[in-house]
Amino acid sequence: MQPALEITGLEKIYKGGFKALKGIDLQVNQGDFFALLGPNGAGKSTTIGVITSLVNKTAGNVKVFGHSIDNELEAAKSHIGLVPQEFNFNQFESLTRILVNQAGYYGVPRDLAHERAEKYLKQLDLWEKRDDAARMLSGGMKRRLMIARALMHQPKMLILDEPTAGVDIELRRSMWEFLTQINEQGITIILTTHYLEEAEMLCRHIAIIDSGEIVQNTSMKALLATLDIETFVLDIGQKPDSLSLAVTHRLLDEHTLEVEVSKSESLNGVFAQLSEQGVEVKSMRNKSNRLEELFVRLVNNNDGAK
Amino acid sequence: MQNRINLIALKSILHKEVHRFMRIWVQTLVPPAITISLYFIIFGSLIGSRIGQMGGFDYMTFIVPGLIMMSVITNSYSNVASSFFSAKWQRNVEEMLVAPVPNWVIVAGYVGGGMARGMLVGLIVTIIAMFFTDIQIHNIWVILITVSLTAAVFSLGGLINAVFAGSFDDISIIPTFVLTPLTYLGGVFYSLSLLPEFWQGVSKLNPIVYMVSAFRYGFLGYQDVSLTTSFIVIGIFIVSLYAIAMTLISKGIGLRS
Repeated sequence: MQPALEITGLEKIYKGGFKALKGIDLQVNQGDFFALLGPNGAGKSTTIGVITSLVNKTAGNVKVFGHSIDNELEAAKSHIGLVPQEFNFNQFESLTRILVNQAGYYGVPRDLAHERAEKYLKQLDLWEKRDDAARMLSGGMKRRLMIARALMHQPKMLILDEPTAGVDIELRRSMWEFLTQINEQGITIILTTHYLEEAEMLCRHIAIIDSGEIVQNTSMKALLATLDIETFVLDIGQKPDSLSLAVTHRLLDEHTLEVEVSKSESLNGVFAQLSEQGVEVKSMRNKSNRLEELFVRLVNNNDGAK
Repeated sequence: MQNRINLIALKSILHKEVHRFMRIWVQTLVPPAITISLYFIIFGSLIGSRIGQMGGFDYMTFIVPGLIMMSVITNSYSNVASSFFSAKWQRNVEEMLVAPVPNWVIVAGYVGGGMARGMLVGLIVTIIAMFFTDIQIHNIWVILITVSLTAAVFSLGGLINAVFAGSFDDISIIPTFVLTPLTYLGGVFYSLSLLPEFWQGVSKLNPIVYMVSAFRYGFLGYQDVSLTTSFIVIGIFIVSLYAIAMTLISKGIGLRS
């Protein structure tokens, strides 16, 4: 099957000589839920900008469902729905008008656009606000408005650039549910986010970009499998006078112990050693998200290699 | 198929543009009506009655076409300049840039919106003028063609201004320092024949002279320059400004990084 997105040798040098993309290659398969992660300034938004023709590339090729952005730009654009990082709608227009006009730019007749606007505004809990000016919406509502807008022409691929930034957890979870649903309907989704839990939970494939280079591009499962050490934080009843464990550990304070456990070791062994020394474990949690640990490690390795 | 998509996209941009100036009609339609009414009262009724005849017509009748044209020029220009710059500033221009809308449709949509406002204001001013003088019509087609083409010229000018503008100040510089002087010196208030020969020649470098002259011909049958020359000059401006606007939008100047 033709890839939804195929990027080869993509380079972008901004005026002033800053090299934002250094020849990246990337492929996203149809129907995938793909995470594009990277620290601030890594090149994520530039990559999305080139795909959506908001940024002129310096070199390389981009194909969207087989259509090159060089000579079939309009066909390529018609398959993409973009949810950008910054709010970029007319703040003085009503929600319905924003959606209906956007659909019109893709050739959707006005009657059909009104039907779709109603459908997505209802699905995204914005129907009550349909006649309000967009500036009256809360931050979370504005994000949902941009998702509705991106879906108005029923694209085959949805690109979301940090869609849940500044959105509270309850709303974030309802957005995850919505995105999962539309992905299940066959829409390819590319997501950039700083919430790595979000990427781990939603995405099947992942690429990590750092300083304009792809430093990792694999399936989420394969990436997480490379994590050989996990750090746990244990809440303990009381601080022992002395503590000896076979695994690396640190006492963070009188009631908090941090242990690093590799895949070859068992948590049972750690608990047994603690029990023998009279340490009671009241609760336990992962120190950080697994993907977060890998992300930090990969980015640090890349920085060290320079 | 692509033609149908382009037509729907064009109608959407036009719809958006017309809705924009109608939504804020107090800012877009009322001020020109008040300004032009003041011109009619002061220059037409109060001072005009002491001036006597101009080009064989009483002064009020003579200046009406020029004043209508002045409001068309100002409003078509400022509509596109402020709307397109505002779309750049709020970044909602990206809604069109990410969509499969050809550049000519974007240009045509904004120019169409500017023409609509320019001509609507022109109509309002014409209706107001009817309270002050009897409107004569010598050739309705010349009136309609001249007003449409002039509105297109200045809508294109407003678009080019907005592409280059980096702040709201930048979209008021050209109207203040270029358009207003050219309009006042473009034969709105006087016939070029009143000027010494040298200044008549200089005046003919001003494109607004040709537009006002052709428009006045449509009403009164009186012209400072020939109708053919006027249409040629207006045509050259439309083609040149359209080519510049298309090049700027295609290259993404001020729009794409």
